Amino acid sequence: MLTLPIEYYLTLSAVIFIIGTIGVLTRRNAIIIFMCIELMLNSVNLTLVAFSQYMGDMAGQIMVLLVMTVAAAEAAVGLAIVLALFRNKQTVYVDEVNVLKW
Amino acid sequence: MSLDLTFFIILAIMAAVSALMVILRKNPITSAMSLVLHFVSLAGLYLTLHAQFMAVIQMLVYAGAIMVLVVFVIMLLNLGREEKMAVRQSARAAIGIGASMVLGALLIWGLTQVMRPVAAGSSQAMVNGQIASVGKALFSTAYVFPFEMVSLVLLAAAVGAVVLTKRNLK
Amino acid sequence: MTQTDLLAGLAIEIVSIFALIIMLTDALVERSTRLCETLSIVGLLGGLAASAYAHLTMPGQTAFNGMIVVGGMSTLYDAIFCGAGIMTVLLAREYLTRVGGMFDEFYTLLMMSIAGMMLMGHSADSMPMFVGLEVMSICFYVMAGLMRNKLSSNEAALKYFLLGAFASGFLLYGIALVYGSVGSTAYSAIAAKALSTQFPTLFWVGIGMMIIGLGFKVAAFPFHQWAPDVYHGAPTVVTGFMSTAGKAAAFSGFVGFIAPTMASGVPGLEKAKVILALLAVGSMLVGNITALAQTNVKRMLAYSSVAHAGYLMIGLAAGNAAGWTGITYYLVAYLFMQIGAFAVVGILERENGGNLTVDDYRGLARRRPGLALVMSLFMFSLTGIPPFAGFFGKYYLFNAAIQADLTWLAIVGVVSSVISVWFYLGLVVIMYFREPLGEMEGGEASISSRTALALSIIGTLLIGLIPQAIINIAAR
Repeated sequence: MLTLPIEYYLTLSAVIFIIGTIGVLTRRNAIIIFMCIELMLNSVNLTLVAFSQYMGDMAGQIMVLLVMTVAAAEAAVGLAIVLALFRNKQTVYVDEVNVLKW
Repeated sequence: MSLDLTFFIILAIMAAVSALMVILRKNPITSAMSLVLHFVSLAGLYLTLHAQFMAVIQMLVYAGAIMVLVVFVIMLLNLGREEKMAVRQSARAAIGIGASMVLGALLIWGLTQVMRPVAAGSSQAMVNGQIASVGKALFSTAYVFPFEMVSLVLLAAAVGAVVLTKRNLK
Repeated sequence: MTQTDLLAGLAIEIVSIFALIIMLTDALVERSTRLCETLSIVGLLGGLAASAYAHLTMPGQTAFNGMIVVGGMSTLYDAIFCGAGIMTVLLAREYLTRVGGMFDEFYTLLMMSIAGMMLMGHSADSMPMFVGLEVMSICFYVMAGLMRNKLSSNEAALKYFLLGAFASGFLLYGIALVYGSVGSTAYSAIAAKALSTQFPTLFWVGIGMMIIGLGFKVAAFPFHQWAPDVYHGAPTVVTGFMSTAGKAAAFSGFVGFIAPTMASGVPGLEKAKVILALLAVGSMLVGNITALAQTNVKRMLAYSSVAHAGYLMIGLAAGNAAGWTGITYYLVAYLFMQIGAFAVVGILERENGGNLTVDDYRGLARRRPGLALVMSLFMFSLTGIPPFAGFFGKYYLFNAAIQADLTWLAIVGVVSSVISVWFYLGLVVIMYFREPLGEMEGGEASISSRTALALSIIGTLLIGLIPQAIINIAAR
């Protein structure tokens, strides 16, 4: 049985989501930014699982599975992009990548 | 204090503190390890929600696969400590933090109004969290199509990673 | 799952299967570029045929327990995605060989992204919408970085990836909150249960975050900062494809959940309309005014695509049936004129970013009269001058705004169209009435590129001549 009120889970996930957002907006290292995005996606997963279990509806958990697949794919592509960039210019800091200014 | 609440508080503190460590540590490896700890505490939280299958998958996919890849790339690029962590334009960061704080306040204000009656579907939760229910749902008429289509995401990522990084493409 | 379900999703299935066939062809056959090209076009034509079949035999039906819907607007979306795909395939080989990004995997990624877009266009539930969006986005991240030895392309891919994934986080949180407040991910549940939900605040926060997430994807103000850099750094054929088909897919996702919200009569709708209207105003003005200052043609078109996202958002803010059909019509029109303009830019572009500034276009009419004429036609259409397609697109959108008592929004739309005259027609003036600065290289187009250009010219003229036919398909 679930005895805790659902707001506990929802509030925790909101807090983690905000922590992730702040990280994305403030850090310079592309890999850390990527990790912060993973934090955001994970907080959403927590919300989805909580809703799914409290409402007795499967859609939320299926959605979490899909999100995990997407997160894994994003990891592969994102790190490949970082590697390709690193080959041409030895940096992973987003503020040093700025050739596209008019 | 009930056992459920005790577990929740411990895991929630672990999750929040490790999330903070991810964004505050200078060394990328420390951040990555904090993220692993975060994933583990989330898996624990899924268990308190009786979502056993989700907890297992969380460990396998996130902690097991994604983070190994991230740590591998950090090692490969030999990234050291960041002396200057924040982005140069501090105005952008200030706007970002301000906006996320407002957003957070709005979110939490919205969430505290939920007050969903606990009993709603929670007796179903024990069954729904099990792998049998998840598997049946996954291949039911409703969810089979998105589930099959998401395989394209993985395939596209594999092809894309090869295109972007393989040294000699024909 | 029944035969009907499979038939309803046939268009998506055909394109996905062809994506797999092309991937295997690329892996197993030596020198497979032309074969991959042919297979892509065959697959996309097959997808179009299947979509037309579904439109005629089961219009408006849902399949897979209400996950996807067929017929009506989704048919037009399919036509947009497959049409954009065919034109991009025709343009790609010549351009990518020149700039050094010719990998046969391009065709696999293109087909996969089209399958994802079609899933978005057909979705009647936020779950397939999210999956389709991610299939599309992941292919786009890679395609933007296709010129992997060029720093500008790497940078475009990195920025697109980081901001795209960030936006997905917002979209997903929105989906989760709406799911929690109406108890289902289906769009029909939004229309049916939003009014009676116990958690209206949660519902609106969720819808707001979905708007933020998709606002990033369509490059609407104030979430547009990534667009100029990504559109500038990506290979031009990919930019043309992303800014037309990608935008259309994101708008199909937008209409999917905004339409039932507007129909649900949930309190707070008026405020939501105002917010959408403000986003539209911001996109139109910021896009057009910033485009005035650009000296690079690709960047100018990128900013103007922000403005076009603004025009399209007028349809969302109007929130009536005229708005939805207006959006669909505009997307069809925008496809032809925008992809045509980028095709011309791509034909003129030299390796290492040569021939991209406005100055390089001086006196183009004398040196490449054909290309200059074609480009002028697209510029007229993008400005919204009758009788071209762009005019009717704007007419329907502004008309929808007036029907929804948002006359001021239509007026702002007209004003910002007038601003856009300056840089669109300014380019025409430069091509026809300015002396060239030096010798110009390039501008030769292969037969397949010419075919793509011809298709977009025919589209721009024809869609302008028979607007009602398109509207009728959308309304079915």
